[in-house]
Amino acid sequence: MNKISRRGFLRGSLKGAAVSLGLPLLNLTLNESGNAFAATGQRIPVRFGTWVWGCGIIPELWIPENTGTQFTLPAHLEPLTPYRDRLAFFSGFDVKLDGVPNKPHVTGCLGLRTGIPVPNRKVAAPTLDVLISDQLGGTRFKSIEVCSAGIQRSYSYRDAGSPNPSEISPLALYGRIFGEGFQDPNAAEFNPDLRYMVHKSVLSATQDERKSLMQQVGADDRSRLDEYFTSIRELEQKLALQLEAPAPVENFTMPNKPADTPIDSEIDHVMENHRLMASLLARALQCNQTRVFNMLFSDTASNLRRPGSSSTHHTLTHEEPVDPSLGHQRNVAFFAQRSMLAWRDFLDELSAIPEGDGTLLDNCLVLAHSDCSIAKSHAVEGIPAMVAGNAGGRIRTGFHMAGNADPISRIGLTVQQAMGVQVERWGVRGMETNRTITELLI
Amino acid sequence: MIRPPARSIRLIKLALQSAATAVIAGFTLLSVGCGGDNSSRLTEPEPVGGPALMRRLTEAQYRATIADIFSPEAPVLARFERGLRSEGLIAVGTSEAGISSFSIEQYDAAARGVAEFILSEPRRAAFVPCQPSSEVTFDRDCATRFVTHYGTLLFRRPLNPMQIQRYVTVAELGSQKLDGFYAGLQFALVGMMTSPQFLLRIEQTEENPDDATLEQLDPYSKATRLSYFLINSTPDQELLQAAENGELDNDEGLAKHVDRLMGLPRFNRALTAFFVDMLEFDLFDDVAKDTEIYPAFNSDVALDAQEQTLRDIVQHLNARDGDYRDLFTLDRSHMTRALGVVYQQPVALRSGWEVVPLSVTGNRLGIQSHISFLALHAHPGRSSPTLRGEAIRNVFLCQEVPDPPADIDFSVVQNPSPDHLPTARDRLRAHSTDPACKGCHKVMDPVGLALENYDGLGIFRRHEYGARIDTSGFLDGTAYEDALGLAHALRNHPETPRCLVEKMYRYGVGRDTVWDERAYMDYLIATFKQNGYRVPALMRTIALSENFFAISPVARISDEHQFANHGTGQPSNERGLL
Repeated sequence: MNKISRRGFLRGSLKGAAVSLGLPLLNLTLNESGNAFAATGQRIPVRFGTWVWGCGIIPELWIPENTGTQFTLPAHLEPLTPYRDRLAFFSGFDVKLDGVPNKPHVTGCLGLRTGIPVPNRKVAAPTLDVLISDQLGGTRFKSIEVCSAGIQRSYSYRDAGSPNPSEISPLALYGRIFGEGFQDPNAAEFNPDLRYMVHKSVLSATQDERKSLMQQVGADDRSRLDEYFTSIRELEQKLALQLEAPAPVENFTMPNKPADTPIDSEIDHVMENHRLMASLLARALQCNQTRVFNMLFSDTASNLRRPGSSSTHHTLTHEEPVDPSLGHQRNVAFFAQRSMLAWRDFLDELSAIPEGDGTLLDNCLVLAHSDCSIAKSHAVEGIPAMVAGNAGGRIRTGFHMAGNADPISRIGLTVQQAMGVQVERWGVRGMETNRTITELLI
Repeated sequence: MIRPPARSIRLIKLALQSAATAVIAGFTLLSVGCGGDNSSRLTEPEPVGGPALMRRLTEAQYRATIADIFSPEAPVLARFERGLRSEGLIAVGTSEAGISSFSIEQYDAAARGVAEFILSEPRRAAFVPCQPSSEVTFDRDCATRFVTHYGTLLFRRPLNPMQIQRYVTVAELGSQKLDGFYAGLQFALVGMMTSPQFLLRIEQTEENPDDATLEQLDPYSKATRLSYFLINSTPDQELLQAAENGELDNDEGLAKHVDRLMGLPRFNRALTAFFVDMLEFDLFDDVAKDTEIYPAFNSDVALDAQEQTLRDIVQHLNARDGDYRDLFTLDRSHMTRALGVVYQQPVALRSGWEVVPLSVTGNRLGIQSHISFLALHAHPGRSSPTLRGEAIRNVFLCQEVPDPPADIDFSVVQNPSPDHLPTARDRLRAHSTDPACKGCHKVMDPVGLALENYDGLGIFRRHEYGARIDTSGFLDGTAYEDALGLAHALRNHPETPRCLVEKMYRYGVGRDTVWDERAYMDYLIATFKQNGYRVPALMRTIALSENFFAISPVARISDEHQFANHGTGQPSNERGLL
């Protein structure tokens, strides 16, 4: 049996072993196609992430003019001009409610991420990032969740009872990734720590309880226990990785420990924390600590605010009168635009890291989306979404597509397919679709 | 059987306030009123029972458990994610919450920290119950004693031989690979501390000797439920011993241990844990106040504000054995200097706590006029009658207010500019003209408006943007002029004690009440009343009742009830825009 032989193996091996590897790192070169490291023959991994901002858009300032490749970017997307060809823009795709009550800021966001709109937080888990992380795996962290607005929440769920919590402080994020247990991929010598091996066998022992416990509890609790054992197995896999010499990573330098920054929802603090955490996340992706991430720039009922103001982004969307000279809500527009500036900051961090013959961004697929289109009415029709990066050559970008009220699950379906998930049909009722967005796939 | 959803019951109650009141009054007449004998003993209805549960330890329980089993000095080096709130309580959410890989990472780190601490060279002699024959080779007997001793405490029941074998084997492997007996023990301990039997309270049942259709908790699960209810921590050795001896199966034995636990100083910790949960203090993690608008706010104030309320509660309910309802009209309070700034109340002590009048000018009464309530249920830059009104309904009266419809355009009915509608009442009045809004705002706003004399942080004020604030209103038929009047209305509201009873029971059993438990609830409420609304007495009644330990083999929590307020901590994003 699997468990026994694994432990048997551990008992019989590694005692006292110290493996030294001389790594000619500086000479690392890539193969001719540029998508694999020549020294190791390893392909450059493809990564997936989501980037979420709350309270939608001001349509006339966000929706590109014209569809296809000949589109122009309106005011709020203007900062993204440098990435025009690295992004696909989606407007006019809907979460189809089919009579499900729309829980403001929840139904739209989670409907997009699960293909199933729900009237409350009983999420029809798992979310698509979890499905993709199951596919990618093989890294120290299965996924990393981050929120820059000081809220521990995330929209990543393996199970309705346990959202993956977000890191909210750059310092804590640094500690989690680059602190204890981090192995410099370019260290000249590798000495596997036997403690990891013993530790791993402890967790294998825990798995032995599984069968008898499952018999003791009812169906709901079985699924909770199942999740517990999945989490334990993930930790085991993480420890197994610690016993292997990490693959060397070109151009990797250890990031500096960030300063202790204020954590709250003041827009300037949020922008700064977001930038710091994006940079740490990019390094984590670069050195294979994770292949999946979820960045929550602002919560879906956005609590962003300006110092001295008694209103938040969210309350403004409901209360601010339309400025007649502008034709929209002036202060809401401020936050909507900031959100896009932050998105550009995020892309800047990913593309600042050289990888292969391009950058880290080339090997990522990032799905950016909000929870609604017009926050004032919580409209889940026309939820804005963007796809960035080229997923190692699997994704085509540089176009704007109008969904014409197609279900937004088409985006979720296509993204999963691009990341190698075997799925040909996704979503329920009006959200059910098998229509891949072929424009995205190469 | 089909159970009518409790939520709709509460909503009906909200609509038919007076009818609900009549029910309580009617019951009281029947059970207590006969003969007017106040001391007559009420009879507990036949046990009903819910499902056996699997409850995740809360952060406070985890920390208390580690401190009690090992030492208060043992470090818990972990970041706990926020508890899941369901049916208004994290205690209920513990029966629904899963364990994500982030949590396992954290539990694992905590376990390693504790194991390193207790097995470090200077401490191991005190913590290991035997002296190994050698520190470098493996001593099976000593390892077995170690595993048996701590395993029983951590799993809250004796280990079976396979479990003992499992952890002894781990210790053996560790001591061989890492060349040290204690290093092996460390990993055996880490294994036990990351095991589901430790992290989850998995309730086990046995047949009920009196009723073939029912089951009851087995003695160890009984001990566990009791212990977390009464001291918010793991059963101590004495209680585990009592479980083993069968002492908890007879009334005398049970009463002896209930009284013993309630006599421990740790009983206050349990009382505190209940109110932290009920008052939703976990939400303080998200509280941010704009420092330009509220320069008096800082993290010390936020912490002190919570402690103030909890100190008042524990002192009033336990030390003084006070009437629960009087919490809403207390006129003295614990205060620190930092709090004094917000309360505009001189505090003589430079550091530490002092009991002073809650307000020198007499403009505050009760815990609902504390910063911990007023600041928590408000916006970063302003107060919120809607959030506060909803919290009064939800937290203290167990009346749920439904989510607003998704497609409201608030800007149509209001303009936040000060010259237009200066006070919150002016702004809210607009809602009462909109039929979609007024149903709910009618029940939330008047209550919240009574607290408008306190700004978004809780500082007293008479005017907003130059206009005098009108705090008058009604609470379910009782008129008041201001927050002091509201305090008395809340104190005397018939739902106030009923809500406490329901929450306390749900907190203890970790689930929503089932329909058939209504008679038992009525019994608890009548007993609560008979005992002068003493909360410790209520907890004692619950802990001694058969219902508390009864398990119905068919009962399952219905889907509808799960995940009511799931994960958000906040019941709704949309409430209380004002």
